[in-house]
Amino acid sequence: MARLELIGLGKSFGATAVLHAVDLVLDHGEMVVIVGASGCGKSTLLRLVAGLETPSTGRVRLDGADITGVDPSRRDIAMVFQNYALYPHMSVFGNMAYGLKLRGLPRAEIARRVDEAAAMLGLGELLGRKPRQLSGGQRQRVAMGRAIVREPKLFLFDEPLSNLDAKLRVQVRADIRKLQRRLGVTSLYVTHDQVEAMTLADRLVVMHQGRVAQIATPTEVFERPVNTYVASFIGDPAMNFCPARLAAGGTAAELDAGVRIGFADGRRDAPDGTRLLIGIRPQHATLAPDAAAAGLDLAVELVEPLGSETLVHGRLRDGTAFAVRVTGGPGTMTDGTGLRIGLPRDAVHVFDAGSGRRLDPAGLADGAGNQARSRAAAPVAPA
Amino acid sequence: MERRTLFAGWALPAFLVLPQLAVTVLFFLVPAWRAFVESVRSVNAFGLNASFVGLANFADLLGSGPYRATVLRTLVYCAAVTLLAMAGGLVLAVFADREIRGRAIYRALLILPYAIAPAIASVIFVFLLQPEIGLLTHLFRSFGIDWNYVLNGRQAFALVILIGAWKQVSYNFIFYLAGLQSIPRALTEAAALDGARGFTRFRTIVWPLLTPTTFFLVVVNVVYAAFDTFALIFALTGGGPGTATETLVVKVYRDGVINLDLGGSAAQSVILMALIVGLTVLQFRYVGRRTVA
Repeated sequence: MARLELIGLGKSFGATAVLHAVDLVLDHGEMVVIVGASGCGKSTLLRLVAGLETPSTGRVRLDGADITGVDPSRRDIAMVFQNYALYPHMSVFGNMAYGLKLRGLPRAEIARRVDEAAAMLGLGELLGRKPRQLSGGQRQRVAMGRAIVREPKLFLFDEPLSNLDAKLRVQVRADIRKLQRRLGVTSLYVTHDQVEAMTLADRLVVMHQGRVAQIATPTEVFERPVNTYVASFIGDPAMNFCPARLAAGGTAAELDAGVRIGFADGRRDAPDGTRLLIGIRPQHATLAPDAAAAGLDLAVELVEPLGSETLVHGRLRDGTAFAVRVTGGPGTMTDGTGLRIGLPRDAVHVFDAGSGRRLDPAGLADGAGNQARSRAAAPVAPA
Repeated sequence: MERRTLFAGWALPAFLVLPQLAVTVLFFLVPAWRAFVESVRSVNAFGLNASFVGLANFADLLGSGPYRATVLRTLVYCAAVTLLAMAGGLVLAVFADREIRGRAIYRALLILPYAIAPAIASVIFVFLLQPEIGLLTHLFRSFGIDWNYVLNGRQAFALVILIGAWKQVSYNFIFYLAGLQSIPRALTEAAALDGARGFTRFRTIVWPLLTPTTFFLVVVNVVYAAFDTFALIFALTGGGPGTATETLVVKVYRDGVINLDLGGSAAQSVILMALIVGLTVLQFRYVGRRTVA
């Protein structure tokens, strides 16, 4: 267990800055997941912590000791690589024992630790095999085992599940989480998969273009995304954004699609007429039962039945693309028909259209707002 | 992707392979056949008549002290050249594999010696090391070393080893560099995080992963040292002083062309042919398979 502190950590290659001054603290035993699209700098951040790259600015501290300039071999950090990076000429045992041998541990102690880790990961039968004789999932576990036996201060995971098939990924994901909790080793995990990020993280770091967009618990990132990028990146299917302007003294939004939505959580402190983006997650929009109900007209373009639920893609009257996820089968909905949808007042996210930043109700500047998430469709006033 | 071209008749394809066939027949098959024929005959001193002697030429060779000494000398020569050339190539490749400024120029310069004709290489070294006028000779003298490879057999042998190795370092460098670059970076990074530094990392991770390359290069270097160094040795020392630098290929030439013992020389050629066939088979059997796997 250890505490990791990144202080203003940045990296530039020549004139190109790939990582802008990142500040982040991982507490003892915490699992922090860095998530972002490819090229957002998340892998660079991990490599800086590992010592595989030299930072251009900032410091890395592990348990209070500055390790910024320390060689990777002396950092007491273990890493699970995307392609596992198993030593092809060594057996599974050899792979796991390698780091311990280099530390000069007695042979009996090495055997004990490897056996223990192998038992934990179900690798007991495979200790004599070479990596090329293993399946993808087995290799992944060996890579985990190699990290575990070292009993390091810190685990780093660089997209360790991306080379596994979808089914195995879900299982290994759960295994990693259980193992990390059990061992209590502080962990930094990088992924581009938001589901992986949401399920694994104690705290989530959403990165965008080399900067940290938001650091918060998965629930908070989902419920209160700080900007439109985070809002669209986290959540599947992605959040809908409707262009709108602020109205009624900051208490309502007038959608370009022709309705006015009163805010359920309070007044926004900005002049009327400010351009907004109103965000609604597809699962929070409702289907108004009869066509006369107040709501929005949606021209259906595509109906995707997913079994227990149905995803409807369409366009609002102003041409904005909009998706609705409803439970149950498609029913009578087909491509080319019209639908009446309702937007629950308490499920909308308000963003400034210019900056993309979240606009919270006045008096909620501390950001500790707590939106009720009742699925009851609040009335949507027609404009 | 394999591209196949289909010809209507046999005339054009035959015409197209004719030049290659002609070269092969004229310069490889006919001489090889002649060597076989001559190796079982004995020609009199004036070259006027020849008689069939069976395997007598081979028996003479195997019972001859000088021949056995040459075999031993060739083994030492091959071992020394192979070891030096491969070690040199590996060390240079390890350095060239790093991220350094002007890497392309550095690599091109290291490959250059391979492009120099063997005889020319010898001439260059003659200018440097010739006992009377060589530049390095003067330097050695100032250190009190009596450098004269024309008279001193040990120095001559050391010299042909050095030049032979020097010529081959480039070849080994290229293959080792390619071998190093095919090792995934994540592997050495993983080793670094596991606590391996510098030479330990090389010894436990990099070197084992270079095994296929090393095996391939051993075969190639032995073949090179045994067969391809004729021009080099002949231009530099002609096999002398005495027989100090006489390897098997040099002896074939000396016995056959200079001493006119055609039968004995031909028998030696046949033995060498058998040797090179064996090495080639070895190379295809093991190396071909390993590099593909």
